[in-house]
Amino acid sequence: MDDLIADFVAECREMLEALGGEIVAWEAQPDDRARLDSIFRFVHTVKGNCGFFDFPRLEALSHAAEDALADVRASRRTPDAALVSAVLAIIDRIGEMIGCIEAGEDFPAGDDSSLIAALAPGAEGAAAPVAAAIAEGKGGAASAPRTIRLSVELLDRVMSGVSDMVLARNELARRLRETPTDVTVDGAFERLSGIIAEMRDAITRTRMQRIENLFVALPRMVRDLSAELGKQVLVDIDGGDVELDREMIEMIRDPLTHIIRNAVDHGIETPADRIKGGKREIGLLCVSARQSGNQILIDIVDDGRGIDGKKLVEKAISSGALGKAEASALSPREQLALIFEAGLSTAKEVTAISGRGVGMDVVRSNVERIGGIVEVDSKLGEGTRMTLRVPLTLTIIPALTVSIANQHFAIPRSAIEEIVRVNGGSVTLDRIGGAGVATIRGRRVPEVSLAEVLGLQSGVSDEEGSLVVLRPAGGDVYALAVDRIHDHEELVVKPAAPAVMATGLYAGTTLADDGSPILLFDPAGVAQVGGVKLEAQERSARVVEVATTTAQRDNSVLLFRGLDGGRRALRLAVVDRIEEVDRKAVRKAAGQLRVQLGDTILPLAGAEALEKGEEKVRVFRLNDGSHEIGYAFREVIDLMPMDGELIPADNPGAVSGVTLIGEEPAELVDAHWLFSNHLGAAVKPADRGVCRLPSDDPWMQNMLRPIVEAAGYVVIGEEDELIPDLVIASDDRPVESSDKAKTIVLRSDPEGEDGESIYRYDRAGLLMALKAASGRGK
Amino acid sequence: MNELLLIVTVGGSRVALPAAAVESVVELDTLIPVPRAPAHVAGLSALRSRVLTVIDCMQSLELGATDCTNGIREAAVVEVDGHHYALIVDVVEDVVEALSDPSAVRAAMGAGWERVSKGMVETEEGPLLLIDIEKLIAGTATEARAA
Repeated sequence: MDDLIADFVAECREMLEALGGEIVAWEAQPDDRARLDSIFRFVHTVKGNCGFFDFPRLEALSHAAEDALADVRASRRTPDAALVSAVLAIIDRIGEMIGCIEAGEDFPAGDDSSLIAALAPGAEGAAAPVAAAIAEGKGGAASAPRTIRLSVELLDRVMSGVSDMVLARNELARRLRETPTDVTVDGAFERLSGIIAEMRDAITRTRMQRIENLFVALPRMVRDLSAELGKQVLVDIDGGDVELDREMIEMIRDPLTHIIRNAVDHGIETPADRIKGGKREIGLLCVSARQSGNQILIDIVDDGRGIDGKKLVEKAISSGALGKAEASALSPREQLALIFEAGLSTAKEVTAISGRGVGMDVVRSNVERIGGIVEVDSKLGEGTRMTLRVPLTLTIIPALTVSIANQHFAIPRSAIEEIVRVNGGSVTLDRIGGAGVATIRGRRVPEVSLAEVLGLQSGVSDEEGSLVVLRPAGGDVYALAVDRIHDHEELVVKPAAPAVMATGLYAGTTLADDGSPILLFDPAGVAQVGGVKLEAQERSARVVEVATTTAQRDNSVLLFRGLDGGRRALRLAVVDRIEEVDRKAVRKAAGQLRVQLGDTILPLAGAEALEKGEEKVRVFRLNDGSHEIGYAFREVIDLMPMDGELIPADNPGAVSGVTLIGEEPAELVDAHWLFSNHLGAAVKPADRGVCRLPSDDPWMQNMLRPIVEAAGYVVIGEEDELIPDLVIASDDRPVESSDKAKTIVLRSDPEGEDGESIYRYDRAGLLMALKAASGRGK
Repeated sequence: MNELLLIVTVGGSRVALPAAAVESVVELDTLIPVPRAPAHVAGLSALRSRVLTVIDCMQSLELGATDCTNGIREAAVVEVDGHHYALIVDVVEDVVEALSDPSAVRAAMGAGWERVSKGMVETEEGPLLLIDIEKLIAGTATEARAA
């Protein structure tokens, strides 16, 4: 979090500096549109980030300034001297506050309302003089690690210099091998080689970062956003291991944040609307990254209401951005692309989160500035997919060289899972319907013959070749048949000429140690040309499908296989997301197994059968609304409705009972038991409301309980000793209520008229009652 | 008008390249083919630690393929959009000064020549066709799409 704040401060500082000149120019010429836009973008960015970091004062200030400037942009208001100085006063105050954040101090006491009031049309006089400057002369900054800010251009120059140095070294190495040399020369060369390698590592590290750094903040952001908006959103993040230039990560941070905010705010509907629309009440937001050629693709897919192209066109016509004749000529895709035009938004209301119709034009200009592309695809009522394509810059990557028909090619090592020889006993090759399928130790993977893909004549028979098992970032495995495996090499990859890249097979070119050019494959591209379907693509297709077919199902469970092989199910509502971690991240600490996920350590359940040999562990991140625990598993089987009867377990434990799911028995994991057991002392029941549910009423336990738990209650049964704040009973089985506890009575008849009870599927009413009760309970 | 022109022979015809665009003239020895690339991309070669994309001018001009099997070929190295290309030609002759601005060629040329033509320039050696290097590298549009 501190990192993020530091980034935020640095970014604001940078923008403030750049803005310095603009502000003055704007003051002199208030109707200068370009200046107005850049100031507007600044306050917009600050506002966006503040919402995320919880700086309410900053947010209020920037929001107010944004509102005023938006009016000016929409020509509802003409800028005058009073407005200019009011906006300037706000920007100054923002600068001071950022200084405070940087120095780690509290904001100076004071009220911003006079500043905000000064923005109103016709407000008198300039704002009150700003509070005394604080950021100056503070020793606090001295303790921070010393850093300097470098221009990326300089880093690029160093990087390209180092790349050339590596190539020159390789050539020298080749020449040295060809001529007999003195041992002292060899020694000196070795040392030089080592230094160059070290330097290259360092310079590479300065520029590359896993995109995870960007993704790690997303679940929290979505969670906060959806809570604020009264929506339920499940985030699925994939491809965090894709590496990307640090600068690129910084450049896509804002656009990505913006798109996600838009998706949650405008895309995903409220639970009530979703149920009405025949969808699961929990919206699904998938964010995935993968490398494709020399580009990184980031998909943001939601299953929300989609974008109405026709509405966009109407808006564009009414705002004058588009002529009627032009509008009628637009294809559906072009209609959707209108959301990137300045000043268009289909949202009915302006909210604090997004939806003023800025944003998307800012997103596009930011992405295009780094040579990227934003694409939008949407089906009304089914969801929206936004794709960011950003280039991968000059990189050095470890690669494996292989050959086919005596020509060498390189494969990025990061995509390689394993290498097997075809004539080994563990591999069989079959042809099914003309397509190759390799069975490697019982696992079936699609096989792609490199010779076929390239249109070359393989130099060896099938049995003599080798298979390289590849897993493209964010995709599924396939086996690539090659003639021969050669060597691991570190290669400086440069983008190939457009005509070569257009084949879709290659990620770039490079020079081998012997000075000859080598083509580097793009594993995802080879799979595509070879006809293998990648999972990432299938999955996105499935998202929409799931959303439409699992209509009105409250009781969806996630069917999975545990580490011990058991078939189990978890209620979907408690699963926040799925993560894959190194085996090393799981260790026993403070009395129980714990897993490290990013910056947090969570108790880990379900890991009793964890074997030493496994390298990766997949973990469900379970969330009860205020706490998280991890649950280790082997693989997800499917998302299924739970329609069978639950046969309760004899003793309370990790499994609450057995039921038939998909016509096979599965154990239903008792999430509540997991939380109560694994969190132990971490939960202070006093902090949360306690709700008593009849423990023998299956409807209450299966259907109601997750809702009550999600509303922040600890759920107990009759025999528990905790004193409940709330008792829920059904109308056919009245319970005596203690005077301390509020009672909610549920009836099964929708038409009941007594005014006291709530129909048990009146979710909104229920949530309201739960909320009211928790307010009283505290 | 004193633009310098490099006179080369492609498919038996003498043509002019803008000399300012040509970095150097080299003799290519290795040529690594690029499977699945458009036909006019003859392959890759290396020059002083740089990868060159080798363009077969004959293919690009739809005059048939250059025979690259017999070893050393002469080529002009150019840079377009940050990528280095080697243009395979029959012979590199000389550098001359242009005596006129390019003017349209009104005689009927082959389709390939038509596509890459920048017009005709007068030189001491007589009129020469000035080649648009970028179009030469782009090759025929249909080939690029087929890739």
